[in-house]
Amino acid sequence: MTSINDETLSPAPRVTKTEGDPAGWLGNVNATLRSGAVFILLAALLLGFTAAEPAFANLGNLMSILQAVAVVAILGAGVTVTLAVGGFDLSIGAIAASSVMAASYAMIVWGLNAFATVPLVLAFGALIGLVNALLIVKLRVPDLLATLSMMFLLSGLQLIPTAGRSISSGLILPDGTTATGAYDPYFLLIGRSSLFGIVPISVVLMALVAVTLYVLTERTRIGRLLFATGGNEVATRLAGASTTHLKTLAYVISGTLASLGGIVIAARVGRGDVSSGGSLLMDAVAGALIGFAVLGKRRPNVLGTIVGAVFVGVLLNGLTMLNAPYYTQDFVKGAVLVGALALTYGLGRSTSS
Amino acid sequence: MPLLHVDALSRSFQSTRALASATLTIDAGEIVALMGANGAGKSTLVKILSGVLPADSGTITLKQQPYAPKTPAEAAAAGVVTVHQSTDLVGAPGLTVADTLLLTRFTERSQPFFVSRSAIRRQAQAILDAAGFDLPLDRDFADLSAADRQLVAIARALANKADLLILDEPTASLSIEESRRLFDILKRLRDGGLAILYISHRTADLEAIADRVLVLRGGVVAWAFQRPVDFAAAIETMIGRKLQSARPDARIANGAPVLEMRGARLRPDAAAFDLAVHEGEVVAITGVLGAGKSRLLSAIFGAGHLADEEMFLDGRPHHPKTPAEAIAAGVAMAAEDRHRSSLMPANWPGSSVAATISLPHLAKWYPHGFLFGGRERREAEKAITRLRIKASGPQAPIASLSGGNQQKVVLARWEAEPSRLLLLDEPFQGVDVGARHDIIQAIRSRSDRATLIATSDPEEAFEVADRILVIDHHSLVAAPQGTPTDISREIHA
Repeated sequence: MTSINDETLSPAPRVTKTEGDPAGWLGNVNATLRSGAVFILLAALLLGFTAAEPAFANLGNLMSILQAVAVVAILGAGVTVTLAVGGFDLSIGAIAASSVMAASYAMIVWGLNAFATVPLVLAFGALIGLVNALLIVKLRVPDLLATLSMMFLLSGLQLIPTAGRSISSGLILPDGTTATGAYDPYFLLIGRSSLFGIVPISVVLMALVAVTLYVLTERTRIGRLLFATGGNEVATRLAGASTTHLKTLAYVISGTLASLGGIVIAARVGRGDVSSGGSLLMDAVAGALIGFAVLGKRRPNVLGTIVGAVFVGVLLNGLTMLNAPYYTQDFVKGAVLVGALALTYGLGRSTSS
Repeated sequence: MPLLHVDALSRSFQSTRALASATLTIDAGEIVALMGANGAGKSTLVKILSGVLPADSGTITLKQQPYAPKTPAEAAAAGVVTVHQSTDLVGAPGLTVADTLLLTRFTERSQPFFVSRSAIRRQAQAILDAAGFDLPLDRDFADLSAADRQLVAIARALANKADLLILDEPTASLSIEESRRLFDILKRLRDGGLAILYISHRTADLEAIADRVLVLRGGVVAWAFQRPVDFAAAIETMIGRKLQSARPDARIANGAPVLEMRGARLRPDAAAFDLAVHEGEVVAITGVLGAGKSRLLSAIFGAGHLADEEMFLDGRPHHPKTPAEAIAAGVAMAAEDRHRSSLMPANWPGSSVAATISLPHLAKWYPHGFLFGGRERREAEKAITRLRIKASGPQAPIASLSGGNQQKVVLARWEAEPSRLLLLDEPFQGVDVGARHDIIQAIRSRSDRATLIATSDPEEAFEVADRILVIDHHSLVAAPQGTPTDISREIHA
């Protein structure tokens, strides 16, 4: 009940089709098309937008697309890991938002520098992940409910230290004093500078997270065990693995990545805005779910999540360039998600049984 | 005219022909048993008849009408109902037994929109009465044992108006007494004109119930036997080779025991018992379902607790708190119901043959953490050759294997690394005679460890073990000398 893959993603053993029967080669073409569908659509979008608006394809714009999706992709990678263990972390958006506030508070109120703030905020994210895991593993609260309440709790908690005010230099604290600190310029580099003047640091971070988590989930034994926990928890425990540790690990990774996302936002915006991170959760989850359709995997996978997030980013950027109004964005994201899920579940099923 | 006529039915999966022009007939009012080794095409035939899979070619005639169901519902509407071996899908957690029994009725439009508890209970009780089962109507489906789920499935199938009832391994999780009751019911239904296609690996069952036996091999009906059926011949036809004498040469184990339990109690109110299993010895524990066999094995494996336990492994105290601790101490367990206890779902990472074998050994085989180097592939290749596993290769999805081959893979998992004590809980569940033979050979070929097997089938215990213990009233006693029938008599005395 707490995980979407329990019910729908792992159907009864099924035999896939077939070279021997007359429709075999057609089936193979079908399978290729389906597994590559997201890439084909992505290429079509890129070509289409470039044809309609040549400025779309210049390097600066492409980088700005990646920069725009970096945070969502980082959060999505975290959700993917929790999906792999059969859970679902709904608190990532709130963790990212409170990390923005925590980073701002640390620098502006406590006067810390970037080198103290970043580890502190990452530790904050890891701690929240740990609390999530405790609720889920020790108290056996279902994943969705535990992380949903954590989301609620954090969205409220982040308002308390500043009595509901956004944090910027010269903030007046609840006790009447004025905060003296300011954003560390080094910290702002994370969100505002580019490697070699081309690749934004946030995109570099996204790439690092993507590669690290891809290797972790698909190429290491920890990754195998994470997926095993989500696939069959009983079997994993009987094989001698500690599923409680594995779940805890997944939520700590997810929480830490969410706070990394928060750091990137804070460094870009340069202030602690109480309303930041509003749509992060939905976008990250959408990226992870669109990722199911990538490569026809029909299961959570990090590569798919990143591609899913980029896909949405390309679509939104292109539509904006073509003067589509901003208020259609959520509709577009929703439509992409519905399409991707239909592709993953519906079409995948009809040709593989 | 026969009720069902299947003519030249074929179906292929990738390069394998699961059914190659199979032809058979079933008359009303007879029980036809279908035998066949792993991969002989039994499941495929059942799936086609029950509307789960379409056939590639061939025709089916039911009551002189062409019959090609596209869904199980269509099949049921035409009068063909199937009870599958896996009964998890019969109901759902949160539904009571009564709800589950009436689940198919709820979908009928003729039923009233509002349902009352009492009406549900009354109708469900009527279904149970008709089937002759006694089940707790208010129990949650999730809390039912495998045997009770099977009974619910059968009772519900019988409640629908059916011409042909297909039963796939219905007694796999039933006790002997429950099986007998089921047979009586099936015979009564047959006398009432119902045709029954009965798929089983258990010759004792078939002997008790079948009017006619069809043997599938390589996707064709290789032989049809009339009553009285010569089962030795049928089995030889099925596996395509001579059967060896079933009873192994019992070895007398001497030396220090590998596992020793003193004064163990399965429940606080049960009698205490001692148990010793020696190196090179295969001991089988048999007893009815729910007698406590799985409890005992789980406790030795650190996955459960006994009321009282004093255990020694190679002379050292053994009190594992988790399976991980037990594995580290040299105990391995292939638990009951491989789908629930050992296998990953289809399309999920770790669902290949190689990954199924490697799961408990990942830390040992990949000490650096990265899954590079072909260790698990090599181990899987070894296992495939050694246990004669029928699979397209180490990367074959476990779901594409037949039941017996899946069980061989699970055994291979725990044999991949040396262990002191191997625990096998119902290792022959849904395994045909041929594969059972291979598995028994593999189990008995090792003399460097002790093996403890739990099975509810005395015949299986008899075939595999050097020594048989009977679990009864939550306590262990040595089995009487003699044949499996004597043991079952003892169990049910």
